Amino acid sequence: MQKYLTLHPSFYGIFTIFVCSKAILMFLSKSLSTFGKYLILMGRTFSRPERMRMFFKQYIKEMSQLGTNSIGIVLLISFFIGAVICIQIKLNIESPWMPKFITGYTTREIMLLEFSSSIMCLILAGKVGSNIASEIGTMRVTQQIDALEIMGVNSASYLILPKIAGMITMMPFLVCFSIFAGFVGAYATAVIGHIITIDDLTLGLQHDFNEWYVWMGVIKSIFFAFVITSVSAFYGYTVEGGSVEVGKASTNSVVSSSVLILFSDVLLTHLLS
Amino acid sequence: MIEIKSLYKSFEDKSVLKDINCVFENGKTNLIIGQSGSGKTVLMKCIVGLFRPTSGKILYDGRDLVCMNKNEWKLLRREMGMIFQSAALFDSMTVLENVMFPLDMFSNDSYQERVKRAQFCLDRVNLLDAQKKFPDEISGGMQKRVAIARAIALNPKYLFCDEPNSGLDPKTSLVIDELIHDITVDFNMTTIINTHDMNSVMGIGENILYIHEGIKEWQGTKDQIMNSTNERLNSFIFASDLFRKVKEANQ
Ligand SMILES: Nc1ncnc2c1ncn2[C@@H]1O[C@H](COP(=O)(O)OP(=O)(O)OP(=O)(O)O)[C@@H](O)[C@H]1O
Ligand SMILES: [Mg+2]
Repeated sequence: MQKYLTLHPSFYGIFTIFVCSKAILMFLSKSLSTFGKYLILMGRTFSRPERMRMFFKQYIKEMSQLGTNSIGIVLLISFFIGAVICIQIKLNIESPWMPKFITGYTTREIMLLEFSSSIMCLILAGKVGSNIASEIGTMRVTQQIDALEIMGVNSASYLILPKIAGMITMMPFLVCFSIFAGFVGAYATAVIGHIITIDDLTLGLQHDFNEWYVWMGVIKSIFFAFVITSVSAFYGYTVEGGSVEVGKASTNSVVSSSVLILFSDVLLTHLLS
Repeated sequence: MIEIKSLYKSFEDKSVLKDINCVFENGKTNLIIGQSGSGKTVLMKCIVGLFRPTSGKILYDGRDLVCMNKNEWKLLRREMGMIFQSAALFDSMTVLENVMFPLDMFSNDSYQERVKRAQFCLDRVNLLDAQKKFPDEISGGMQKRVAIARAIALNPKYLFCDEPNSGLDPKTSLVIDELIHDITVDFNMTTIINTHDMNSVMGIGENILYIHEGIKEWQGTKDQIMNSTNERLNSFIFASDLFRKVKEANQ
């Protein structure tokens, strides 16, 4: 005991630094190897489909399964968020010194710039991401992917490419629906709740409109659509084991794609504005 | 004909298969038997190319699987059919679509011809009635039969079955075994079956390979197996009372 206590204090410091740096290095090497595997999978995914006929069949199916089936939740959430933003701004920010258009203007900017693209995609990462990861993961553990490989089908391309393409196609529409539903929500507060007059709201919604903001949302959402589908397909495709691992993969895919969306949102916003 | 020459396979530092040499012939049902964990599935996955062997050669009629390029590999895979332990049907498709899948993917026939071919294969396994059902609406034995139909849809030269009758009752097992045997003879395929079901060994074992802890311990036919003097093989086969009694009755 005595012997340990007499060690020079700096020893502990150096030791801690050593342990920490080793942990960081291990974390880095693990992330790098995961990223490498992701790139390899994407390389296999983006090869020419063997049968265009089959690709289009899957593509249409995925558009409806991933895109069309998400319209409901997009409309619902956007409607209420649009309404809530409008109420909050009206009650908290508006005062006699503020211009009348401030409520509508702020609602529009929030919906266009962040909510309808980024936050909507975060929500869809939960819905679509877990769906993709568990579907592909289940196919992996029940050997359906092995069966595809034995037949000589490029399973990555057959399973993942239609999902990525379908989601990228549908995402801009979802963004537009979301913006629209948000505005409807804002008008609902005016018509039903009488929080604000319809004229004030319309004035605000039209004030100083910059068309580029819509395009920005669309561009961002296309990028996020790719992130959500490819990342969750990666987690599903690389499952090993049984149903527990499929569950884990599904959780991991949602967490990872959400984090990636948040990071890339900062980057993209900086680049695009 | 499939030849395996000094095949080794290890995972990290755990060696699973050691120096396997054997020949699987055309038109015969070749069986791989052995205890659970002896490496049967790993051997089969090496043969079909889902695992890469650590060393050794796998020759499909003289073509070495290990050093094939991508195109040769693709062509070879169209000549293979495989039935997995869990049937591995695509659960988002109906039975007919499952059987049609390989045709949709690889054949240039018209839609009608593909449907006809798929229905012919389904008829071969006696499941034409179930063609509109989904895999989870039919029993395990029927799923296995659909898997057989799917595997033979493209007229393969090589058929692989990983425990085709695990989890089935003896009677259904018999049906599956006979089906596989008949198909093998009809289409002159090279069939390799993984099993630990002694009934199928006695029923259709024309060439039997016994693997013990990753080493080929014995090879022979079903007639030879009853009289073999290999101790490990005997302790494996006559682990069941029934077969011990059969042997005693024979002597
Ligand atoms: N992907 C893998 N990674 C590491 N080890 C593996 C892997 N697959 C199989 N093994 C090991 O190889 C050995 C043989 O497994 P295998 O699945 O071939 O057994 P089996 O003979 O098919 O058994 P069963 O009759 O139960 O199916 C086992 O000890 C297993 O732990
Ligand atoms: Mg096995």
